Amino acid sequence: MHANRFFPSQVVAASGNRWDWALLPLVLALLGLLAYGAMQMTQPYQVGKPLALTLDPRFLPYYLLRTVLRMALAMLASIVFACAFAALAVKFRAAERVLVPLLDILQSIPILGFLSITVAGFIALFPGSLLGVECAAIFAIFTSQAWNMAFSLYQSLRTVPAELSEAARVFQLSGWQRFWRLELPFAMPSLLWNMMMSMSGGWFFVVASEAISVSNQDIKLPGIGSYIAMAIEARDLAAVGWAIAGMLVGILLYDQLFFRPLLAWADKFRFEESAGDTAQSSWLLTWLRRTERVRRLALLPAFGLELSFGWFRRRFDGTSVRARPVPVSPLWSRTWDALLAAAVLLAVWRLLSFVHTEVGWSEVGHVFVLGLYTLARVLVLIALASLVWVPVGVWIGLNPRWSGRLQAAVQFLAAFPANLMFPVAVMFIVHWKLNPDIWLSPLMVLGTQWYLLFNVIAGASTIPTELRLAAQNLGLKGWLKWRRYLLPAVFPSFVTGAITASGGSWNASIVAEYVSWGDTSLQAQGLGSYIAHMTSIGDFPRIALGIGVMCVFVMGMNHFVWRRLYAIAENRVPF
Amino acid sequence: MTSPLIELKGVRKAFRSADGASRTVLDSVDFRLKPGEIVALLGQSGSGKSTLLRIMAGLLDVDRGDVLYRDKPLFGPAQGISMVFQSFALFPWLTVQQNVELGLEARGIAADKRAERAEAAIALIGLSGFEGALPRELSGGMRQRVGIARALVTEPEVLLMDEAFSALDVLTGERLRNEILALWVSGRMPTQAILLVSHNIEEAVVMADRVLVFASDPGHVRAELAITLPRPRDADSLEVRALIDEVYALMTAGEEGVSPSSAHPVHAHLSDRLPSADIGRMEGLLELLFRPPFDGSADLPKLGQQAELRDVELLPLADALNRLGLAQLTHGDLVITALGRRYVGDDKTLRQQLFGQQLLAHVPLVAYIRHSLEQEPSGELKEEPFLRLLRESMAPAEAERVLSVAIQWARYGEVFEYNFHTGLLELPDGPVGEA
Repeated sequence: MHANRFFPSQVVAASGNRWDWALLPLVLALLGLLAYGAMQMTQPYQVGKPLALTLDPRFLPYYLLRTVLRMALAMLASIVFACAFAALAVKFRAAERVLVPLLDILQSIPILGFLSITVAGFIALFPGSLLGVECAAIFAIFTSQAWNMAFSLYQSLRTVPAELSEAARVFQLSGWQRFWRLELPFAMPSLLWNMMMSMSGGWFFVVASEAISVSNQDIKLPGIGSYIAMAIEARDLAAVGWAIAGMLVGILLYDQLFFRPLLAWADKFRFEESAGDTAQSSWLLTWLRRTERVRRLALLPAFGLELSFGWFRRRFDGTSVRARPVPVSPLWSRTWDALLAAAVLLAVWRLLSFVHTEVGWSEVGHVFVLGLYTLARVLVLIALASLVWVPVGVWIGLNPRWSGRLQAAVQFLAAFPANLMFPVAVMFIVHWKLNPDIWLSPLMVLGTQWYLLFNVIAGASTIPTELRLAAQNLGLKGWLKWRRYLLPAVFPSFVTGAITASGGSWNASIVAEYVSWGDTSLQAQGLGSYIAHMTSIGDFPRIALGIGVMCVFVMGMNHFVWRRLYAIAENRVPF
Repeated sequence: MTSPLIELKGVRKAFRSADGASRTVLDSVDFRLKPGEIVALLGQSGSGKSTLLRIMAGLLDVDRGDVLYRDKPLFGPAQGISMVFQSFALFPWLTVQQNVELGLEARGIAADKRAERAEAAIALIGLSGFEGALPRELSGGMRQRVGIARALVTEPEVLLMDEAFSALDVLTGERLRNEILALWVSGRMPTQAILLVSHNIEEAVVMADRVLVFASDPGHVRAELAITLPRPRDADSLEVRALIDEVYALMTAGEEGVSPSSAHPVHAHLSDRLPSADIGRMEGLLELLFRPPFDGSADLPKLGQQAELRDVELLPLADALNRLGLAQLTHGDLVITALGRRYVGDDKTLRQQLFGQQLLAHVPLVAYIRHSLEQEPSGELKEEPFLRLLRESMAPAEAERVLSVAIQWARYGEVFEYNFHTGLLELPDGPVGEA
């Protein structure tokens, strides 16, 4: 500081510190890239005109930028959607009764389904501009990210601790203040965790959302997903390799520049001290916190928020007539129930008449049988994956030296789109002339099995040390050790993992049961391949039928299998 | 006479449980909180005193009757009424200063003004220097100081304290409560009246100008005691000890097996709220009572001190021993019965047998479950019907608690068993209790 004393004080004060100067280029480069990417999104575009894309790896960074930008926009939209959904569903009982079942249905609709229904509408929204197609792609990514975030936020908001909620009321926080001061901070850890899962989902479906080939459209937006699609069409293994590398970079960038700092920052929102949680650290956040100027910039939103608290505050006291609780009239809630029931009946009737006139009942039966095939695949594969990953996960979880390192690696594997491995599978199956009905199936759990492993590791690593020592002391061995000690200990986290894995597998069946490599394409009998096929030829009634049947299966599984298992896992261990 | 700050007239409050049954928690409660007084509400858990506090805080509305704050009807939380919570209810992601500023921020007070007032409150409660700390960095006592500063910074006329010291260890709780009293006496607090809900009889007697004893089902004020001793009051002085004895007698009056006026035993019901009494502790307390220096008869406060039990732990044990006829509660004293003497002398197996017999004779819920099980050819029944029965007269959580107490006792007395995995109540295999 001594060298500074000869300079005018404004210069010294305004110059920031060395951390500022080091961070400046990074911030500027990021802003420049964002602006450039955003400009590219609004290029003029005519439907039918192919966009110039190349397999030249030098263009890969540009494609990566476009994809990353799309992901970010979709994530932003998902966050806004989740907040709006959760706030509405928690505050208004009438809305809750519609929104929650609706989301349950929405999340079991496969992403291709959304795309095929909405792409034409989005293109019509921005005639003559690429923005329409971009919106369709972003919407597709959004549909692979938003639902679990919305559910997680809704669950958190419903479980805000009663005393904190009472404190917020006693100190007269308005709805707006309450959301930002109490509800969102409380929900933050689980929301962040779900954001990371959502991002993985987004990467998994990046090919489907960028290389839009539904309803006889064939549009490839500049991006990693389109690059992969082109590489597969051209049977270019080197390009697939480049794409894998590019995607790794993308995932790494998100991890280091976005999620790590967020996780480290969100550490203060942890509600209760639990032994298993270790504080995350992020070089970027530490760096940011050491800067002066950039930090002040980051404080702007906080300042804006405080300002908004002044605007949106409660303007009446408890003795005001406005605080008087308005009793919900039973007539109104009964009318609402009746309306809902009528709407559901109408929808069912419309659906039945639609199926009757457009596709016929034999087709329904056929699709249902296809659904059973896919169901069998999902169940068998989850069982097989469990047989492999539960012992491995338990072993890793019990070895603290490994669990920390491998947990990060597994998270990474979950984000990695398994469909990049599909070409290998196709070549393998064609070469050995294998039955695609059986050998395509493993592709379904390729991406989702990691949730299983990840959760089992987490469960095993939280087994109390005393329990471990007791098991050792009693000399538990072999099957008895598994039945009485290890399996009950990891069962709850196993169920959590299995729920996620099964949901993901259903969704993945659409890309896994119908794969191609150049002009060789393989098809397994199943609901996924049915939907994929109908989507590519744009047969709306059959797409709707396929999606409907898949919804029924997924919701049925959730309701009759997973929720029950979950209830069991929470309370009683069935061993 | 000055007009009351808060006035309740004929208040009735019922909660509707999930299965649609309605339970009355408070019925025809009248209460006035006047300026310049500290009032303590005492009562066993489930007697509705916390509900009453929340009604005065504007957190709950009433089904019948009036709630007036400064002669105006109160519909929701008011600026002049502030609250301190049992488990502090600090926002863990906000610093001490931000937590204290919460109520001011909600009112839209400017940042510099807010900081000034918050710092004054923090200094008043002795936390200067901790403004930037997160609650998780503080000990329990310090967290509650933050909770108190947060309540005081809004300059409330009425301060409600919901068992504010019960989550702290005895020493810390005592210190904090003496500091609050010192602030109150010195007049440095803007507050005009304090209402505290407590389990701790000594705390109530040392702090309050009036002690109200609550009785349950439905909650109502059973007795009121004015305390005119000058402050500071020494908890060990003779006057205070006499008052504490008196309150103990008031608190246990309803549980006495034989009421003083009539010689009829109090009729026991299926839906009696069985006290959460651990069997090991019950036996420990009975043995302590049997041995010198008590030799079979003890003053409850002294017995609690000797057993190192807090009121909230001691009273359920005394209640349980009284119910089972092993000891008798009269005027705040616990006296061992002939049966109790026999029980202490018996070995483990005989004790369990005797326990089972007493359960069947004196705890209608246990006897009823046993009877129902005997009617079943399989000798087992689901727990749900019994829970449903209990839920008709108490909250779902309370129903589960009562049933689990019954199960614990019945397991010990070998009256029936319970399989946690299947949720089934079943008859034990071997010969049972008295059967």
